[in-house]
Amino acid sequence: MNKSVDNLSKIKRSLTRRNRAEARFQWYGRVAIFIGLAAVAVLFIDIIGKGHGAFQATYINLNVSYDQELLGIENLSDPEQLVMGNWDALPKLALREKFTDVSGRRDKRRLYGLLSNGAGFDLKDRLLANPQLLNTTESIWLLADDDIDTYYKSWLDGEAYAARLSDKQVVWIDQLHEQGLIHLQLNSNLFTRGDSREPEQAGIRGAVMGSLLTLVLTLMLSFPIGVSAAIYLEEFAPKNKWTDFIEVNINNLAAVPSIIFGLLGLAIFINFFHVPRSVPIVGGLVLTLMTLPTIIITSRAAIKSVPPSIREAALGMGASKFQMVLHHVLPLALPGMLTGAIIGMAQALGETAPLLMIGMVAFIVDIPGSFTDPATVLPVQIFLWADSPERAFIEKTSAAIMVLLTFLIIMNTSAVWLRKRLERRW
Amino acid sequence: MQATNILILLFGFGALAFYLGRGRSLAIAAPLGGIRKLHSLPSYYGMHTAFWCALPSLILLALWMIFDEPVINSIVIGAAATDIAPSDTASYNLLLNKIGNLADGVLPRAGQSGSLIAAADHMIYLREISRWSLTLLALVFSAAGLFLGLSRIASGFRARPAVEKVMQNLLLACACLAIFTTLGIVLSVLFESIQFFRSVPVTDFVFGLDWSPQTAIREDQVGSSGSFGAVPLFVGTLLVSAVAMVVAVPIGLMSAIYLAEYASKRVRTVAKPALEVLAGIPTVVYGFFAALTVAPFLRDLGSSFGLTVSSESALAAGGVMGVMIIPFISSLADDVITAVPQSMRDGSLAMGATHSETVRRVVIPAALPGIVGGIMLAVSRAIGETMIVVMAAGMAAKLTANPLDSVTTVTVQIVTLLTGDQEFDSPKTLAAFALGLMLFIVTLLLNIFALHIVKKYREQYE
Amino acid sequence: MSPADTAKPAKAASKPAAKPAVKAASKAKSKPKAKTAAIKTRKAVAPKIKAAQNLDIADHQETVGKSFSDNAKMTMRNINVYYGDKQAIYDVSIDIAKNEVMAMIGPSGCGKSTFLRTLNRMNDTVEVCRVEGDICMDGENLYAPKLDVVELRARVGMVFQKPNPFPKSIYENVAYGPKIHGLADSRVDLDEIVENSLRKASLWEEVKERLHQPGTGLSGGQQQRLCIARAIAVSPEVILMDEPCSALDPIATAKIEELIEELSENFTIAIVTHSMQQAARVSHRTAYFHLGKLIEVNPTEQVFTMPQHQLTEAYITGRFG
Repeated sequence: MNKSVDNLSKIKRSLTRRNRAEARFQWYGRVAIFIGLAAVAVLFIDIIGKGHGAFQATYINLNVSYDQELLGIENLSDPEQLVMGNWDALPKLALREKFTDVSGRRDKRRLYGLLSNGAGFDLKDRLLANPQLLNTTESIWLLADDDIDTYYKSWLDGEAYAARLSDKQVVWIDQLHEQGLIHLQLNSNLFTRGDSREPEQAGIRGAVMGSLLTLVLTLMLSFPIGVSAAIYLEEFAPKNKWTDFIEVNINNLAAVPSIIFGLLGLAIFINFFHVPRSVPIVGGLVLTLMTLPTIIITSRAAIKSVPPSIREAALGMGASKFQMVLHHVLPLALPGMLTGAIIGMAQALGETAPLLMIGMVAFIVDIPGSFTDPATVLPVQIFLWADSPERAFIEKTSAAIMVLLTFLIIMNTSAVWLRKRLERRW
Repeated sequence: MQATNILILLFGFGALAFYLGRGRSLAIAAPLGGIRKLHSLPSYYGMHTAFWCALPSLILLALWMIFDEPVINSIVIGAAATDIAPSDTASYNLLLNKIGNLADGVLPRAGQSGSLIAAADHMIYLREISRWSLTLLALVFSAAGLFLGLSRIASGFRARPAVEKVMQNLLLACACLAIFTTLGIVLSVLFESIQFFRSVPVTDFVFGLDWSPQTAIREDQVGSSGSFGAVPLFVGTLLVSAVAMVVAVPIGLMSAIYLAEYASKRVRTVAKPALEVLAGIPTVVYGFFAALTVAPFLRDLGSSFGLTVSSESALAAGGVMGVMIIPFISSLADDVITAVPQSMRDGSLAMGATHSETVRRVVIPAALPGIVGGIMLAVSRAIGETMIVVMAAGMAAKLTANPLDSVTTVTVQIVTLLTGDQEFDSPKTLAAFALGLMLFIVTLLLNIFALHIVKKYREQYE
Repeated sequence: MSPADTAKPAKAASKPAAKPAVKAASKAKSKPKAKTAAIKTRKAVAPKIKAAQNLDIADHQETVGKSFSDNAKMTMRNINVYYGDKQAIYDVSIDIAKNEVMAMIGPSGCGKSTFLRTLNRMNDTVEVCRVEGDICMDGENLYAPKLDVVELRARVGMVFQKPNPFPKSIYENVAYGPKIHGLADSRVDLDEIVENSLRKASLWEEVKERLHQPGTGLSGGQQQRLCIARAIAVSPEVILMDEPCSALDPIATAKIEELIEELSENFTIAIVTHSMQQAARVSHRTAYFHLGKLIEVNPTEQVFTMPQHQLTEAYITGRFG
């Protein structure tokens, strides 16, 4: 009894210290979670902060006269003449007419620098769509150069970034702004064009199409193969060394660095089988091998969750094992498998490193239309743009990231939704 | 005819065979008193016929596509005129490339030697023959298979077991793809690495302190005398991974503990998926974030304290990589912590231990094998991570342990060595495969070991 | 209700004494108000009730027998326990005397384990669990807001149904409590505590040669005695045992029972058991629980020879369980 009283006083004495330690420990946990969540928040805020501007582009309003002589074109339907046409002259003339006091070669070059060097081609497209405009004059909004775009946006935000502009250009933009001849409008180029060296003309259409083609191929290959492998391992595989070996292999492949799959693709598909480089086929093949383990593992889990009683019921009716699997197990496990497939596709959509190895990192302007057209994918496009020195590409990169993340969020939430919606509780 | 066309044709034949086989079984069954008299359902007879029709040709097609090129190549080179006959492997490959390009019309014929053009023509001719014989053989195979399949249909024929046997083997083949992938990785990486180690001794590669592959392709140097000492890359990789682990392990572990032990259900349902968002963000996004936001921030922060922080510091790359790995560690740790039986906690709490004492002295030690396994998997991930370091870490191989300095890693070098148009057999590109081999071995060992520990741990509490 | 009853509602209401079942039911509904009154009148009402007893628990109203003690170590009054919306314990009042072995018996799911776990607040770990009523040890309210459960659990030890040694060595298992509470001033002290505890748990002779091997390597019975040694290493005043022998073989059970008898010289013990024989062998008093209600408390001998309540009798004669 005495001893227990003694103990009690010792315990009592230790209590404050221990309760403080307890509180401290809980705070470590809270701080850790806070850091994790803060990282998510900072990342998103940073990307959105940098990228939201890219959805708008600066346009300058000018009076353009589609002068046949200036263009040097007699017949609009003659493709050869169209190629030879002096389209650049149209925006240049319009600029000179707007700022009549500009003279000297250097100043003129700066003046022309206000507009994107693709402005002439935009006018060509417009003229081809509306041939009656030939030899008329119209007031039209033309795409500004990326440096002008950067300056104008930063100036609107109150912290003008004029490092790449000459003083005269700044003055011209001021004048245009006062006259209401320069403004921001929706940047449709971002979604309708392929890659370009000029930031203001670069778009993600090509990369999105490339990603789509690659993913379609990946899904077409990896889902049936993955599901078949899962069915074999869960329903048919005998318990032996060979099956164990397959299992160990699958689990390991799921953890092999993705870049190794790129090396595999380079050595086997490109150098051995001579599949052309940079095309969605080879990208799809590599990503198939990479996502297979994920799909197999999730599909197996889905098959496992179908209760044995259903299998016994089917077998008891005299169904063959295959009929049992096809008619009963597979339909019940399908939602889980689809969820796994979506997660695997989301992984594949965000993957970059292996695609660098197989040449999907090339600069490709054209929008790919088939599995054998050279293409790049969205994450690789992000990588390429992030590497570009032009400041305007930062904005573009962030915008492309926003698009990529949007796709990923849609895919992941649909996977969660699918699981919740179709999941059966046994 | 192109292989893809043959493939489509074969599928068409397969569908046709299905209907024929099914129709025939129905025809056989009708006079006997309906399909009840058949052993299997009519569609099984159809499938059986379709398999007979399409499978042999498909196998033929696959084998043909694998062996077609090497065989043609060796015939072409063997028959080539002596003035262009290759002396060693390197010139063999070079010659083959040239002839192939000539045959494809990629290389203009003008100005090439007569024997080269002859060889190219020979190649074109052989390819044509190969293509036609493949088409013919495939057609013969399917037709023969179709008739054989149809002839076997009888009322007592056990079509279903036969079909199921074939399907089961197809499933097995799919499962074996994982093994072939591993095999493919091992072979491709190993094969090129061996070639590399022929020109650069293994010891120089593994223990060499100087890495400068660029010198190898300079004209004024002997082909393979660039230095390929990979130690600086290994050190750089370890440094970046260590920084990542310093960030990820405490934060991941503590969040897992908090979520598993303390958090109310509501906090858990919100915080857990929110943390897992980090795992779903593509690495290229982290790379962009590290290079354009974190690195400049750290550089400015460093200079305000009078420290020189490189703009491509290991700290920025590693730190961001750590953030990426947080959810990985926290979800693995969460799994193993919740697997510790409640009776352990009860035992400790009933002794009067506080919750944190219970966690630190009972739960964590009990979960330790699982946690260690999880951390090892995370390390293997950090070592193999590519995009973050490609975008945010440096290119220059420096032997340093200072996280504020810029280092390069194994994966960065693989990417730099292999992107762009290089001659495939140069030591520079082969070096990338040797690095890949190292990476594969290390991550494989880590993975096998970690997965083994985790599996053992799970079994213990199941 | 029968047609006759509906026809004469006034008559039925005017003769409550003739319809004890109705009375009990209505009283149960108005429990919160009647609570205090019920306690005061319990002793007076008890004898009358026996006449109305049957096996329907809805009729049960008061605990019969001697629930209270003059030498109480722990006093429980009007305990109600809820899991979310579900009530698990209904208005239980009982005392546990000093150095007494109190056995709690009853069919499975009757709430005896739940009740035991309220005594050292192990129910706190269950999020949805809520406890109402007063539980005092030596006059101190265990559910007082400023009471520290750490201190409480050091004073009220617990042994669980399934042996749960920590994945540590035998020595570390026993030393765990003294270490976290800072009871040992030196290594020698600690060694002494460990040895004493193991001796008290009659395990010393069996494990003294392998103190540093893992506790999980012992047999089931040894593991359970290790858990007892672990519990007594912090010299608690009360030891709670939650079916300590249910996972053990008969020989190991006999050893533990022997041990309980020895321990009762120094400790107050509350033991929940599934086995009536065990209760009969080890305990001084026995409490019978039924569907969350405390039916009867009496000296063990009396419970097993002439139970006061029909439910108790039905249980010990094996009519349900």
